[in-house]
This record gives sequence, C-alpha cells and structure tokens, in this order.
Amino acid sequence: MTTAAEPIPRARPGTATRAWALVKRHALTVYALLVVGYLMLPIAVVILFSFNDPRGRFNYVWQGFTIEHWLEWDAVLGIRDAVITSLQIGLLSTVVATALGTLIAIAIVRHEYRGRATTNVLVFLPMSTPEIVLGASLLTLFLNLTSVFTLGFWTIFIAHVMFIISFVVVTVKARLIGFDRHLEEAAMDLGANEWTTFRKVTFPLLAPAMLAAGLLGFALSLDDFVITYLNAGPEQTFPVFVWGIARVAVPPQVNVVASAIFLIAIAIALGNAIWQIRAARRQRERTA
Amino acid sequence: MGGFLHRHKGLTPYLLLGPGLAWLAVFFLIPLGFLAYQSLQSGIYPNLEFTWAFSNFPDAISDYREQLVRSFLYAGISTVLALVLAYPLVYWIAFRAGPWRNLFLLFIVAPLFVTYLIRTLAWLNILADEGPVVGFLRGIHVLGEGEGLLFTTLAVVAGITYNFFPFMALPLYVSLEQIDARLLEAAKDLYASPVQAFLRVTLPLSAPGIVAGTLLTFIPAAGDFINAELLGTPKQQMVGNVIQAKFLESLDYPTAAALSFVLMAAILASLLVYARIVGTEKLTG
Repeated sequence: MTTAAEPIPRARPGTATRAWALVKRHALTVYALLVVGYLMLPIAVVILFSFNDPRGRFNYVWQGFTIEHWLEWDAVLGIRDAVITSLQIGLLSTVVATALGTLIAIAIVRHEYRGRATTNVLVFLPMSTPEIVLGASLLTLFLNLTSVFTLGFWTIFIAHVMFIISFVVVTVKARLIGFDRHLEEAAMDLGANEWTTFRKVTFPLLAPAMLAAGLLGFALSLDDFVITYLNAGPEQTFPVFVWGIARVAVPPQVNVVASAIFLIAIAIALGNAIWQIRAARRQRERTA
Repeated sequence: MGGFLHRHKGLTPYLLLGPGLAWLAVFFLIPLGFLAYQSLQSGIYPNLEFTWAFSNFPDAISDYREQLVRSFLYAGISTVLALVLAYPLVYWIAFRAGPWRNLFLLFIVAPLFVTYLIRTLAWLNILADEGPVVGFLRGIHVLGEGEGLLFTTLAVVAGITYNFFPFMALPLYVSLEQIDARLLEAAKDLYASPVQAFLRVTLPLSAPGIVAGTLLTFIPAAGDFINAELLGTPKQQMVGNVIQAKFLESLDYPTAAALSFVLMAAILASLLVYARIVGTEKLTG
C-alpha cells in the first residue's frame, strides 16, 4: 500500500464522512460475514435443537437443554436400521462408482479413441438431468422388469452408483489433466509396460483424487432423497426415514443423527486440510 | 494382463470405458426409453395399456401449467438470489480473505454436510410464528400480527435459494480465484476506477463461473419438490410435487412420465435460450 498517491486532506472530515468511509471500506467484509451467518444459521438450529427438551411431540420451540437424545439416539423406532442402511449403501455404491468412474476418466484423458464426444455427453447428461427425472425413469425400468428387479436395497444401490459415477469422472479427470505426463513416459521409457506404469505411477498420483471423489460420492449417497425415495420400495435410508416422520413430528433424535453426520464430515474436511498443509510443508523441506 | 494390453493397444480405452458406460447405458439411457414408453400409455397402474397416447403430453401441460410455470419462476428467482448473495461473498474470499480462505470455503460447503431434508426442516424452526424472525418482523411492522412466513411463496423460494447456494458459490469461486491479480493491477495502472476494473476485468473473467453456477443451481431447483412440500402449501406446489405424487400416490404413471419429459424439455429449452445469450462455448467449457 502506497501513501504517496493519496490526496492530502484539506480539512478534517466530519464524523459522518468518516463513518461513511469506514462502511465503504468494510461493506464487503460485513456483507460476506452476513452471508456466512445466513449459511450457518440452519446448521446451528439443527445442532441446537438436538439438545432441546420438547414437551409434547413438536420440536419447534426451544424449551430446555438436555443431552438425553444424544445418549439415546436410537430410541425412535426405525432410526437405527435407516442409518445402517444409509451407511451400507453409501459405502458399497461409492466403492463401485469410484472404480468405474476412475476408469472412464483415464480413458477420456489418456487415450485417443473413436466416440470420445459420446462418452463426454453420456457422463455429463445424468448430472444435468433433474433428480426427479433420474429417479422416475429408473423407477419405470424397475416397474417394467419386476421379474428381474424388486424395489429395495439393491435398486437403491444401482441408482446411487449411477448418479455418483459422473461426479467421480469429473473429479478424477480434473486431476489427470493437471498432472505431469512425463512421469508416465519416463516409466515407459525405462521399460515398464502399461499395467506396471499404471500400478507404480498413475495410481499413486491418482489416489488423492480418487479419495476426494469417493468422499464426495459418499456424501451424495448419504444425502440423496429424491432418487432413493422413488426407488426404495419398503426399504428406508435415513433421508427416507426423515421424510416419513416429518409428516408427523420430527423427534430430536433426527437432529442428533444429522448433527453427528455434520460433525464427522467437518472433522474429515479439517483432517484433510491439515494433512495437505503437512504434505506441502514436507515437500518444501525436501526441495529446500 | 500387461502383455495382452500391450498387444491390443487400441482396445485399452474401450476396456476402461466398458463397465462404467454400460452402467450408465443400462441404468440411465434405457430407463429414459422406458419412461418414454410409459408416457405413451393410458390408464392407471396396474391397468396400463400402450396406446401411443400422445395426448398425454398436451393434457399434462394444460392440467399442470400452473405448477410448470411456478417451477421455472421459483427456480429463476432462486438462481438470481443465490448469485446476488454468493458473488460478493466469494469475491471477498478470493481477494480479501487471505489466510482465512479455506475456512470460509468450508463455511460455503458446510450446509451440504447436513442432510438436505433436515436443513430444509431447520427453516421450519427459523421461520416459525413463535420464532425470532417473525417476532422481529412483527415488531417493526413489516408483518401484521396474524401474518407469518411459513407456508408462503417466500419461504419456498428462500428454502430453494439456501439449498442450492453452494452449487452457485463453488464454481464462482473457482473462476474468481484463477484471476491473475496482475491484471487488476494493470487496470489500476491504466487509471481504471475500481468499478471500471471490476466491470471490465473481474466480471468478464468470472463469467464461466457465473454460467456454471447458474446451471448447477437452476436445473436442480426447477425439479425440486422438497422445499414446496415442507415449507409451502398446495398453492406453492411445483411440477416435481406433481410427478412424485403421480408416481407414488395416485399411480398415474403415464401422466407422471409425460410431465417428466415436459420438465426436461423445458429445462433444455431454457438452457438453449441461455446459451444464445451467453454464447455456446461458455456452456460447454
């Protein structure tokens, strides 16, 4: 910041002028903080009301503090099974979708082949289709082939893999485009074949992107309601459970589970950030 | 395995693509075909018959025109609101937040870590008649004594805006963060005022982010039904509510399928209009 360019004040500016200058200088900061407040408000409410002690069925108004619902989070019929189903489907569909999506990304970035444009369109389309249409079309498939598919756990799994794949492709693709191809060429020059090159060079370089894609996919799976609801049949994931119970009254235990998911996700995000900072520092030390 | 791949190099990309694309073909493309087939049937489950009932489409449009218009109106307003809310925040993060950048990015994605349905339900607490917001607005006489915010158009639009905000903010951030600070210094050296520098350097360079954010917000918003269901009344119902109810409650699959296609076609049409305005190359990246 230079001071030379600033005009020399002729008279002491009045209080109003100074206040206005202060507002002008910090207006953007204040606005930014207000928007952050707006973003955080519902999260704070969710966590706060997990500690509420409602008298009666409705958990709308703050009535008193208790940790009872955290200690007995599964006291509501069906909530435990729903959470377990969500976790199982999240893990399974993420692993499968990450594998399939990574392979597609490698093919798109690293190989010349006929039909690349078609691949891109096929990957892009599910992401740009509204969830309700994705869910509805899958449901018509399952309804028309009742001899093959029964609505339940596996139809949810199929649906989740389908919508996660595209996100994995996009995430891994971005990483592949970014990194140095010479490393792979060097490995090939040194006599490694394609498979060895993949195992020893490409895969380790891709692992962080695959992890990021997997986490994103898991989060998407855990959170999905629309597609799941249409294709769940009698099976209940956590969001489907919440939808059912929201028509009656939402017990604080639902807030407990949501808060726990939120806090774990934040912990993973922070852990990842710290790990990256450490890795960057180690890298710097090594090159210094 | 290595030897095989080495001998059939041309085959490798197809082997890599095979499983993933097969999954997308069987569980995305083929279902769209089934949806099309279903949309031309007549009757109500289980008495459905394929009759080339093209009339399902005009019937669905005229019966649910109100909900269709509402979907696009709400989605449009929410997208603009999200842009107006997100741009200054993201600009601040990219250029002013310094070491706090990553923390504030975490704030942007944090709502996504709370289950969608539950963060929508949280607005029930916030906007409740007994809650602080309504109390304050009644206090300053913006709302009359008997008036509230819940189960209104405002609540639904606010819910949609909140829920899709991160999808607007993140691509915006990516495009703003890539702007070379030296360009802004150059603008300043050439005597551009801060406003001119913003309008002629920053804003055009962030256009790809605006386009991506708009698409990522508008498309899911137009198909949403959760906000209208939880924060609105039948008067705020969107086309998503109709599709969902027809599939799961009244078992009127043909109308639901026809409406799904109408929704997709309307979204595509609005994307084309948008592409005309902003230029095609920005849409495809």
